[in-house]
Amino acid sequence: MSDNPDDKAPAPTLFWRDPRKRGWLVQAFVLAAVVGLFAFIFDNTLHNLEKRGISTGFGFLQNEAGFGILQTLIDYDETHTFGRTFLVGLLNTLLVSAIGIVIATVLGLVIGVARLSGNWIISRLAGVYIEIFRNIPLLLQILFWYFAMLPLLPHPRQSLAFWESVFLNKRGLYLPGPVTESGFGWVLAALAVAILGVLLLWRWARRRQDGTGRTFPVFWTSAAMLVGLPLLAFGLAGMPLSWDYPALKGFNFRGGITVIPELVALALALAIYTAAYIAEIVRSGIQSVSHGQTEAAYALGLKPGTTLRLVIIPQAMRVIIPQLTSQYLNLTKNSSLAPAIGYPDLVAVFAGTTLNQTGQAVEIIGITMGVYLTISLTISAFMNWYNRRVALVER
Amino acid sequence: MARLSRQQYAPGDHPDWEPPASSVGVLGWLRANLFSSWFNSALTFLGLYIIYLVVVPLLDWAILRADWSGDSREACSSGGACWVFVRIRFEQFMYGLYPSSEYWRINLVAGLMVATMAWLTVPRIPYKRYGVVFALFFFPVITAQLIGGGNFGLSEVETTRWGGLTLTLILAAAGIVAAFPLGILLALGRRSQMPIVRAFSVAYIELWRGVPLITVLFMSSVMLPLFLPEGVNFDKLLRALIGITLFQAAYIAEVVRGGLQAIPQGQYEAADALGLSYWKKMGLVILPQALKMVIPGIVNTFNELFKDTTLVLIIGLLDLLAIIQAALEDPKWLGYSIEGYLFAATVFWIFCFGMSRYSLAIERRLHTGHRR
Amino acid sequence: MLKRILAMGSLLAISTLPVTHAGATLDAVKAKGYLQCGVTTGLAGFSAADEKGRWTGLDVDTCRAVAAAVFGDADKVRFTPLTAKERFTALQSGEIDLLSRNTTWTLTRDTNLGLNFTGVNYYDGQGFMVSKDLGVSSARELDGAAICIQAGTTTELNLADYFRTHGMSYTPVTYDKSDETVKGFAAGRCDVLTSDQSQLYALRIKLDDPESAIVLPEVVSKEPLGPVVRNGDEDWFKIVRWSLFAMLNAEELGVSSVNVEQMRETSKDPGIQRLLGLSGIKGQGLELSDDWAYNIVKQVGNYGEMFERNVGMGSPLKISRGLNALWTDGGVQYAPPIR
Repeated sequence: MSDNPDDKAPAPTLFWRDPRKRGWLVQAFVLAAVVGLFAFIFDNTLHNLEKRGISTGFGFLQNEAGFGILQTLIDYDETHTFGRTFLVGLLNTLLVSAIGIVIATVLGLVIGVARLSGNWIISRLAGVYIEIFRNIPLLLQILFWYFAMLPLLPHPRQSLAFWESVFLNKRGLYLPGPVTESGFGWVLAALAVAILGVLLLWRWARRRQDGTGRTFPVFWTSAAMLVGLPLLAFGLAGMPLSWDYPALKGFNFRGGITVIPELVALALALAIYTAAYIAEIVRSGIQSVSHGQTEAAYALGLKPGTTLRLVIIPQAMRVIIPQLTSQYLNLTKNSSLAPAIGYPDLVAVFAGTTLNQTGQAVEIIGITMGVYLTISLTISAFMNWYNRRVALVER
Repeated sequence: MARLSRQQYAPGDHPDWEPPASSVGVLGWLRANLFSSWFNSALTFLGLYIIYLVVVPLLDWAILRADWSGDSREACSSGGACWVFVRIRFEQFMYGLYPSSEYWRINLVAGLMVATMAWLTVPRIPYKRYGVVFALFFFPVITAQLIGGGNFGLSEVETTRWGGLTLTLILAAAGIVAAFPLGILLALGRRSQMPIVRAFSVAYIELWRGVPLITVLFMSSVMLPLFLPEGVNFDKLLRALIGITLFQAAYIAEVVRGGLQAIPQGQYEAADALGLSYWKKMGLVILPQALKMVIPGIVNTFNELFKDTTLVLIIGLLDLLAIIQAALEDPKWLGYSIEGYLFAATVFWIFCFGMSRYSLAIERRLHTGHRR
Repeated sequence: MLKRILAMGSLLAISTLPVTHAGATLDAVKAKGYLQCGVTTGLAGFSAADEKGRWTGLDVDTCRAVAAAVFGDADKVRFTPLTAKERFTALQSGEIDLLSRNTTWTLTRDTNLGLNFTGVNYYDGQGFMVSKDLGVSSARELDGAAICIQAGTTTELNLADYFRTHGMSYTPVTYDKSDETVKGFAAGRCDVLTSDQSQLYALRIKLDDPESAIVLPEVVSKEPLGPVVRNGDEDWFKIVRWSLFAMLNAEELGVSSVNVEQMRETSKDPGIQRLLGLSGIKGQGLELSDDWAYNIVKQVGNYGEMFERNVGMGSPLKISRGLNALWTDGGVQYAPPIR
């Protein structure tokens, strides 16, 4: 601008040359674009809904559902509302996810450790397991387990019976259901007292070890308390529990607890698939702990078991937990494949049947996505908290 | 031990003995890896037993007793696997409902894809940069023209006839190609100094990563038409692709962000010191390094997407799995689900396993080059 | 840059502006050169694609009849397979010109969705299919049964109503698609399969041994199935409606694809002459060529032929005409006269 910058005041910078002002301009532009896009979508949607005479709002949640659901963890029948179908579906999603997570963790842990085994065959077998199940689409695995397993089970009239009280057939696994009688509250109360006692015991034992260095057999005393107290209460209250045995009535078994094959197939497929990932996570977690740590522990005279428990695993956990959490999250999201085999999860019941009944796609898909989003945001919030807690404090 | 006690050697005179036979060769390997302790031996036998339990019946059923030739279910009488079913339907599994006189177009695209892939993945072939440009911009257009037709004297083939492995590959490839630029923008947005841009990027990424793909597909198939102005509508396949792209971009953004974070601060500062503008800094200095680093991550994302494309069967598109399922319903071929599913599993497995091996190889190659 | 995008966007919006004036759909279809028709993703007898990708079925033939009326060529039609969830959206958004997808005509759908049902090409009702081994002959004996349901719209509700009215209990196993439903039933997951009766017959032939299952006599709902078009285009509505009527009239008059040519040459029956465009109003009112009905009968056939070929005795489904017989034969298929 000027020939000699020394004797003149610098020309005022053009405002788009100023990074800060330009930054604001860009942001204003982005904001406008996003708001504009949303307004555009919103406007179109309203217009389209009105034009097509699709009702809007959440009033439908109060309406009677009028259809049956295969598995309900809470009281439900046709006369309940669509809002109730949402709860039923959500609980079913949580149930299959929880079962899947437990099995996947155990299986993944075993296979991850097997992968590191010194035994060549075991390690290779674990490797083959991982490579096979990780590289086949989950949906395919779910369909396979369900439609390949069903024909192998017997018809209800030829059920496999165990001890005359547990039955297995194509319709599910029938177990005796506990029926609580009056006085069972005492057992629950005793259990609560035991849990409280155990927590107090842990604190006390830790403090004593910090103060005096003496250890206390916490594990065995806790176990004794957790089992013993409720048992004692159970005996004293006069065993207030009876069993409801399943029995063949008409076409099917009635009574007791039914574990439906859809639940088993879905949980199993989810667990087998996710376990392959967890095994890899466990392996890399354990391998991430430097060998020097093991050697140092041995040099201090710790036994291999103690080394694993006190030195390796706590450090490996730092690597394992965040990845593990995200696998749990994936498993929960993947449980949405349930409609493929008719397991009544949130997507099948709410985003399926309820959507078909009401036609209110926007609200229902919105709620469904919101649920998954809430679950995953909650878990990632927990993960961030955990990461901060266990992060290495480096100097 | 016994030997030592009997014979004494002066220091330095000890002869070089062969190691004991039990610690070298096959025997030594067996002992070290399979029978080092009673527990280990037990595990070995357990492992062998598992292999015996699984592999022998499987081999017997799938290969030894299987039927391969023939053209009807009467040919399958041996009690083994009936691969005749797969063989008869093979073309449909590969090409979907595409008119058979036009198969050459798909074959041509497949050949082009293999060539492009080789260009991009084989380290020895030069001009990678042009390869990327070709793959991202020209290849999709050529593919759409060839498979969709309608121009250059090619007859039009509507998307409802696309299917099978072709559709699976189209979905996965188009998903990744379209999601890539959006993913990079989002990753840059998430690392941006501008709070509004950052907030939107974070919100976008977390939103899409937090929901299952199936709800996204439902959204694109049922809700997307409601979002558009009246009269504007997309093809069903295109709608699914839009959903997949929006979803996939969030995952790519996170992978790319990992790469951006791994670039040392010095690189940013050096670029700033040279007076490069933001886009020049990113385009010429940061992204080339970051993207190279995240190739394995992107391949893994692609791998996941490839498996996830099977979900489109729930919204009624005929990908490989869906078309196999449809074929299983043919009354002429009832009862061969296991063969069908195994075939699908094998095809998917070959692709996914190949990709994961490739990603591992790249990772090793980059490992030596980058970490000091 | 943004301006350009906006400009392009608005251009796109304008070029695809909704067609609302009467006759617009016909013009658009003629301009395209083919009819875009929404069908099921695969339901034997109604719409299914074979190995070569050719579509066949009752719903498919309904589409072909409209194409024959409009273009004089029944093959100028393309099919969009739709799931139950998407079908109305696809029609409303203009993705398809005609929905012929096993869709039940109800008050809600006719009034609340911006759609018009043009007629009934199949009178259906929900029924039950059971395995013969079960030894059941009436739906009233199904207390406590496990029931495979294909997730639909009214199926679950009718089922629940029926069991509630009769004080019976059941276990619902709801699948998303018909394929899975029949697989679940075949694998023995449930004792009963419930769906529209026509679908029961279609699903039955997918069983290993179709004879091992029977369809119970009870029909628990009314399900008139028919083609659907968008509101607001009367002309198009009438074309679709009369394409079906022409097929019914043809059957009533004894005109079939086999004898239609000869009939046109020789028949003295004024009804046939009016149908085949030799006298009377011909194609004027519909803005179609005079031989529109002739083309339908020639290329697709009359209603009876269409029925027998796809779902009747000439098909694996072997459904009897029942309600779908002409009114003259004790059914309820009745078309207004062409005159």
